[in-house]
Amino acid sequence: MTVSASELREPAPSRGLTLPSARRLLLWTGLAVLLAWVLVPIYFVALGAFGGRLGVFRWPKSIWPTDLSLAPMLQFLAIEGVFNALINSLIAAGSTVLLSVALGAPAGYALARYTFPGQNVYRLLVLLTRAFPLAILALPLTVSFIRMGLYDTPFGVSLIHTVLALPFAVLVTQSLFMGIPREYEEAAWVFGCTRFQAFLKVVLPLALPGLAATAIFAFVISWNEVFAASILTVRERTLTAYLLKILSESPLHYRFAGGFILILPSVLFIFAIRKYLFAVWGIASK
Amino acid sequence: MADIVIDRVVKEFGSFRALKEVSLNARDGEFVALLGPSGCGKTTLLRIIAGLETQNSGRVVIGGRDVSELPPRKRGLAMVFQNYAVFPHMTVFENVAFGLRMQKTSEAEVKRKVGRSAALLHIESYLDRYPAKLSGGQRQRVAVARALAVEPAVLLMDEPLSNLDALLRLELRTELKAVLREAGTTTIYVTHDQTEAMGLADRIAVMYGGKIEQIGTPLEVYATPGTRFVGGFLGSPPMNFIRVACSEGAARIGNITLPCPVASSEMEIGLRAEDASLAPIGSGIGFDVRVVEPMGSHLLLTGSIDGQLTRIVVPPTAKVAAGERVGLTVDPSRLTWIDGATGRAVVRA
Repeated sequence: MTVSASELREPAPSRGLTLPSARRLLLWTGLAVLLAWVLVPIYFVALGAFGGRLGVFRWPKSIWPTDLSLAPMLQFLAIEGVFNALINSLIAAGSTVLLSVALGAPAGYALARYTFPGQNVYRLLVLLTRAFPLAILALPLTVSFIRMGLYDTPFGVSLIHTVLALPFAVLVTQSLFMGIPREYEEAAWVFGCTRFQAFLKVVLPLALPGLAATAIFAFVISWNEVFAASILTVRERTLTAYLLKILSESPLHYRFAGGFILILPSVLFIFAIRKYLFAVWGIASK
Repeated sequence: MADIVIDRVVKEFGSFRALKEVSLNARDGEFVALLGPSGCGKTTLLRIIAGLETQNSGRVVIGGRDVSELPPRKRGLAMVFQNYAVFPHMTVFENVAFGLRMQKTSEAEVKRKVGRSAALLHIESYLDRYPAKLSGGQRQRVAVARALAVEPAVLLMDEPLSNLDALLRLELRTELKAVLREAGTTTIYVTHDQTEAMGLADRIAVMYGGKIEQIGTPLEVYATPGTRFVGGFLGSPPMNFIRVACSEGAARIGNITLPCPVASSEMEIGLRAEDASLAPIGSGIGFDVRVVEPMGSHLLLTGSIDGQLTRIVVPPTAKVAAGERVGLTVDPSRLTWIDGATGRAVVRA
């Protein structure tokens, strides 16, 4: 950087949002580095996943996509157990979505609409569940799950994933419901609705985009989670847990294909719900 | 149609008494305005009538039916909210039809009633639009149409015009009055805007500190305020209060003597700015003019009588200059006598 210090120390002229050019350069450089940090590895994983065996081992590497095909991906999906694990992952993630929305949204609604003693403590406790290390719980959980017949089932895995997803579901839906004026509900009550009808007819339609985001969030948490899934299953592994087991002994281009399938949902999800995430973190979004 | 009886309603928020045993009757078809500064409890009272808040004690009776314990939907009323509360995910038509649909009205009936209500408020041309595409005034028309569509026995309005700009407020106010007169609905209207209350209401209940200070027709409340607060809250400029001492049934103010209604040493005279007129020089009550503000339709004079701040309105053609001392004559029958200790008006014999 050849920007002189005196130039940086100069106060920004009050011309709306335009920054002095030196600062703008710094800002964009920073942004570019950050973006590259995140996107370049994903790009190379994608390249490896669709380039096949030859693409992976070619040297010198080309950074431009050449002879891409879906074949390696299809081959990967045809490996024994991958398809079954994929189904298990979908069941686990689906149940996690249902449970965390069904349990999290009412809690978020209560936090948004009512004041009750211990509200702030409750809000903190909800988050603290994430601070409790899962590793400590692993053994007792396994024992209890075996006793209850939940061991080695996608549903059992989804219960643990719900515990992980619930704090976010509660906090996201809370800010969501806080954004819907109480007056809408009151108007619905006055015009003949019970509380529940008012929720269904007025609050729910308005909350739907945010609830969808919450659902996807829960989906991705379950999809990406590997520790609990590995411990609580033996044969009925979720995709993540299964890949962890088999990829270490697979050829490189399979690893890329597996990696890519794991990355994809998260990337799509974060893009879809970025607005609501910012709302939760108190950053105004445009 | 129905009358409303509010019987000794008390509402407490924690240790704060928002309403202190408020009682109020509204006759069938009457338009009653609850007027007061913010925090006086007027909105709380309205929400208790609606069933959106629960009173700590007291009863609300609508059309002879005690609704104190009923949820809002069973009270047979409609409401217009300050922030419109028009549902953003429904078209204007569906918004207006909302109450009717909840009553399981037949489709033909819904169409007819929505059409009539929309015609009253002049919103027919945008029935199929979404509220996001409407201006504030249009949204409030939708909110009123939604309330009228269910043909409620009682209509509650919570500062419905306060979010609109001045010109629109005037226009919608005039229209509301005509529409509501036609509908013959018993209406409770909350506002902090005295011109709205004066212009719309059959009777005004002036509220202050969780109590109704006075209730009466707009002219009664204006001309014969029951307390110092009512006189000072209504009118622009507000009523002047001039401390005088009464002795032997007479009060001296300036160099004139007025008959005193009661024998009390601490009295205040409530004088409306327009109830004084200029007297020939050297006669009347001495008034030291400090500021002269030409308002177009009148001159607003600010000055003092016996060293007490007083505002007087005189015709625009009057020849008065700042720094002058002029004489004022007042009509004793238009003065309000207020007990300085209690702040209550003394009833004239």
